[in-house]
Amino acid sequence: MATAAKTRTVKAQAVSVRRVRAADMDKVVALDAQVTKLPKPDYWSDVFTRYGKQRPTERFFLVAEAPDSRLAGFIVGEVRAWEFGSTPCGWVFALSVAPDVRLAGAGSALLDAISAEFRQAGVDKMRTMVARDAQLPMLFFRSEGMMAGPYIQLEKDLD
Amino acid sequence: MRLQISTQLAIFAVLELSARAGEQLSVAEIGEKYGVSSHHLAKVMHVMGRAGLVRAVRGAGGGYQFSGNARRITLLDIVQLFEEAGSETNGGGETTPEGRALRQVLAEIDDISRATLGSITVATMGKLVERANGARGKSTAKSATA
Repeated sequence: MATAAKTRTVKAQAVSVRRVRAADMDKVVALDAQVTKLPKPDYWSDVFTRYGKQRPTERFFLVAEAPDSRLAGFIVGEVRAWEFGSTPCGWVFALSVAPDVRLAGAGSALLDAISAEFRQAGVDKMRTMVARDAQLPMLFFRSEGMMAGPYIQLEKDLD
Repeated sequence: MRLQISTQLAIFAVLELSARAGEQLSVAEIGEKYGVSSHHLAKVMHVMGRAGLVRAVRGAGGGYQFSGNARRITLLDIVQLFEEAGSETNGGGETTPEGRALRQVLAEIDDISRATLGSITVATMGKLVERANGARGKSTAKSATA
């Protein structure tokens, strides 16, 4: 069942989590640029097209909105299957929380909301990937109960 | 990865104390739970006291209190008080290509260990303990009904 129009209110954290809308995208681009110091509007436009509009039962682009309508954060993920031999599971590939509202529960609300979407999509496992030296997101995901998974990421320089 | 006994005791003591915010526990009480000598544990607590992780409470009913921030102190902060940083190779050959290649592999292992220990706070460990406790409860209930 599609839940594209559903709004999930998380009272304890004083943010409401809902599906992204086209009108949110300028704020999403601005928040990402603030956090990563690298503006990438074309990338986010593409993400909005693929994750904000298509296959809503398995792709989730959610935003957390503060009571004053400011963007508190966003999360993007999807159900993927059979890559690297993995059975279907939910992948979170982007999560950002505005620096001035951190430690107030917006990240947890976003992760809770996408977890619920993943469960509704029929998967019981959620994964993400974090740079080893990115301590803040690592601490956050750990505090949410995430542990090292069964895969190790490998890479090499291409000469 | 093998932790020294002192490191393990330090982690256990911090978890024990942080789970009882505002209370104090004696070295004997903590030692009894984990089956270790008060003498050994006292040395561990002294090191942690100097690092500001625990505070000694004097007088009757005295003991130790957790004095760190459970959402900030990580396992790495505790481990580094008792363990040498990084892997070491023994003997010569470190300047050879083989030695450098081996160091590269060991450095990868060290990086992963540091990232893991540095990402798990005392508060997160508390949640893992609760979960392990819940799992143990379920498994005990299961064997009781089997």
